[in-house]
Amino acid sequence: MLTESLFFSAVLFTIGVIGVLTRRNAIIIFMCVELMLNAVNLTFVAFAQVYGVAGQVFVFFVMTVAAAEAAVGLAIIIALFRHRQTVNLSNINLLKG
Amino acid sequence: MTYNELPLFYVFHFYFFGIVAIASAIAFVTRKSPVAAALWLVNTMFCLAAMYVLLDAQFIGAMQVLVYAGAIMVVFLFVIMLLNLGHASDLADARGMTWKLVAGFLGLALLAQVFAITRARVPEALVLPENALATQFVRTGAIAPLAGPLFNEYLLAFEVTSVLLLAAVVGAVVLGKRRERTRAH
Repeated sequence: MLTESLFFSAVLFTIGVIGVLTRRNAIIIFMCVELMLNAVNLTFVAFAQVYGVAGQVFVFFVMTVAAAEAAVGLAIIIALFRHRQTVNLSNINLLKG
Repeated sequence: MTYNELPLFYVFHFYFFGIVAIASAIAFVTRKSPVAAALWLVNTMFCLAAMYVLLDAQFIGAMQVLVYAGAIMVVFLFVIMLLNLGHASDLADARGMTWKLVAGFLGLALLAQVFAITRARVPEALVLPENALATQFVRTGAIAPLAGPLFNEYLLAFEVTSVLLLAAVVGAVVLGKRRERTRAH
């Protein structure tokens, strides 16, 4: 099922990228990043079935990094909301110049 | 691995969960309400967990349900509800037509690239014999073959991960703390 897994993984990753590009809500963009991480995890697991169990070990590390990233990212979003009362990225344009 | 050797039951379920995962991901990206979007994403993650189990990664599937769907997404839902992101000004957040077209083209280009990568040849010597993982799991259980490499070859990465988690926890607390006014005495 390697080919099928890679197909599903590629499609999920692309949906995540399109979500990041088309939405402005910071939390939804953040969830799209999680979707992309999940798509990559599917690739790791599919390759682990063919090339050995190391791919599954790697998925653990990806999950840990995702958890750390979620904690820090959501804390940033909360701090941002406290300043601006919004999470809409079109209102947060301090670095736009 | 060829098709004919896999039972129809297996192939059907793999495609079923894959298609449901993609459909939920599309629903996730297009929902206006963040809560609905988060719940569709949870559905995608459950489908991915089922696919992991079908790909001989039972423990990863359990971790997917516990850590991703159970912990990370609950934190997301908690923040969405804490910030009360339900009102109309926040709901209309999709970008304009130009952005959608750009995103569509970029998505197609990305898809083409990823498919080109999947055609790459990998040395045959690396390929395990068919069903090697499944037979190993039958012999030793599903967790021991994972724990071995995790605590031997990848021990350094494992320890560094704990430092990363500590840094993330400290960072989250510092960022989330309400700043007290600093007074000059």
